[in-house]
Amino acid sequence: MPAAAVSFGALVSRRQAEGTLVVQPRMGFADPAKMRAGLIAVKRARACTAGTITLDSYTRVGDQAAVRAALERRDDLNGYPIVGHGAATTRAVTRGVADRDFPVQVRHGSADPRPIVATLLACGLDATEGGPVSYCLPYSRTPLAASVEYWRQTCEMLAAARAPGREPHLETFGGCMMGQLCPPALLVALSVLEGLFFVQHGLRSISLSYAQQTSADQDAEAVTALRRLAAELLPGVQSHIVIYGYMGVYPCTASGARRLLAASARLAVATGAARLIVKTSAEAFRIATIEENVQALEDAARTAAVAARAPEAATPGDTGIYAQALALVSAVLNLADDVGRALLRAFRRGYLDVPYCLHPDNAGRSRGYLDPAGRLQWQRTGSMPIRHLAPAPARPPMTSAGLLDSLSFIQREFDQAALARPAAS
Amino acid sequence: MNSDQPPSPGRERPLTIVVSGLSSDAHTWNLVYLQLVLEELGHVVTNLGACLGEEELAARCRAIAPDLIALSSVNGHGYRDGRRAIAALRQCPALVTTPVVIGGKLDTVGGDPTMAGELLDAGFDAVFTEAGALAAFRSFVACVAGAGDGQGRASVTSPVGA
Repeated sequence: MPAAAVSFGALVSRRQAEGTLVVQPRMGFADPAKMRAGLIAVKRARACTAGTITLDSYTRVGDQAAVRAALERRDDLNGYPIVGHGAATTRAVTRGVADRDFPVQVRHGSADPRPIVATLLACGLDATEGGPVSYCLPYSRTPLAASVEYWRQTCEMLAAARAPGREPHLETFGGCMMGQLCPPALLVALSVLEGLFFVQHGLRSISLSYAQQTSADQDAEAVTALRRLAAELLPGVQSHIVIYGYMGVYPCTASGARRLLAASARLAVATGAARLIVKTSAEAFRIATIEENVQALEDAARTAAVAARAPEAATPGDTGIYAQALALVSAVLNLADDVGRALLRAFRRGYLDVPYCLHPDNAGRSRGYLDPAGRLQWQRTGSMPIRHLAPAPARPPMTSAGLLDSLSFIQREFDQAALARPAAS
Repeated sequence: MNSDQPPSPGRERPLTIVVSGLSSDAHTWNLVYLQLVLEELGHVVTNLGACLGEEELAARCRAIAPDLIALSSVNGHGYRDGRRAIAALRQCPALVTTPVVIGGKLDTVGGDPTMAGELLDAGFDAVFTEAGALAAFRSFVACVAGAGDGQGRASVTSPVGA
């Protein structure tokens, strides 16, 4: 079988049992030689890493004509066009690099990942990520019902590739939703629901994501709630938690970016997550280079190792994230036995309603806001069944200045601290 | 489109504005923000959202017949996707003179100096990619709002940075 015939999930679980956080970049280049160089550099980084092939936006939206035109003109793309390059080229990219100790995951962002997953399976790869909701609502115009069907077929395709020594792995992207201003309970609920969807359609090895938000305490509570719900609702499934380094507006200062990355690594260790997707100090300006990615991986691994030796024993408080997430998940699961159908009904009824999401299938009646302590709170819960759990205060509607202020909260906090303490950089 | 009642100079009228992303760009915070900015200026905004293909963009704009079309992209493909979008829009007779602008992070390297000129040549009325882009965009909108029919394009300079 292909060089990459190793279970992504099993390897990450083994590393977790050894007490080591797996760190992974977001990295994709249009040029196969550069993509291979990037994977080799990640493998050689002084950190316990998994490799990533991040795809370009044209492949994500299925615009193969644009991919071909760009490749012919040698235009740059913002990721690796796996379908356009095809299986033979991609096998050459991963040959001798992807192996038992270095699994490679394909990250794509597509509401219809069928051609992508067919290609990655043909390349001997079997780890990827996304979800019927998380790669539809924020990132596409695809009707949610179509996305649910595409993702059902995708899950079945992945499950059918199971073989001795090969356990396909799928990670939910539901813990990110818009990256910012979505109160954590909804992130947790969507991550769990997408995990349930994957398992219902044949996956046996999954990971549940949570994207670092604006408050370390709140994030710790949210990830703890996610782990608890996973244990309760996904028993017997090989699963781990993956943390995404902050996905919103990134600090502009190098030291601010480093401190934010370090905070994500500490969050991962403190909450028992097994894997961390890092961000780089170049994030505020452009797509990161290979070297910047390696630097971020090594920085994160170092911080995680220190944190693991001196664990912050503090148990996170309970402000009700678990109760809200459980109420959301339960309300959705009560709508149908089939998780996909339940998700469709839930969005139609507004039981799930992602703040600031412009997709036509999202009710768009909910709003989140940042309180003065930097915690994400509900301003409006729309028709979501959590009104009794999340009293929303009367607040003036969000202005453009208020939105910008909220979106740049983390950037401001970390840059200001960096500028106030230049020696710390 | 009442040509015998020219608007008085400097007097702004509420515009009907289409805000949209481009075909391969999934980002929407830029669109949410632009919508709020324009609504606070008193304009009426239709936000078409992310990943809009150029055919659908042109069809929606034909139906809406906006006073201004503001395209925003931050995924690094805006340079190419924007040229596809403007070609489709300018092919519609009804949209030939509609002011259309583009802004954001339009390439993967961060500020190709020739890019803005090429986008203007392709048919955009202005390109906003620099640090002061929002102020420049507000001025542009004010010009369109103050200018009345047919005056908008002639009365503004394109605030293109280096």
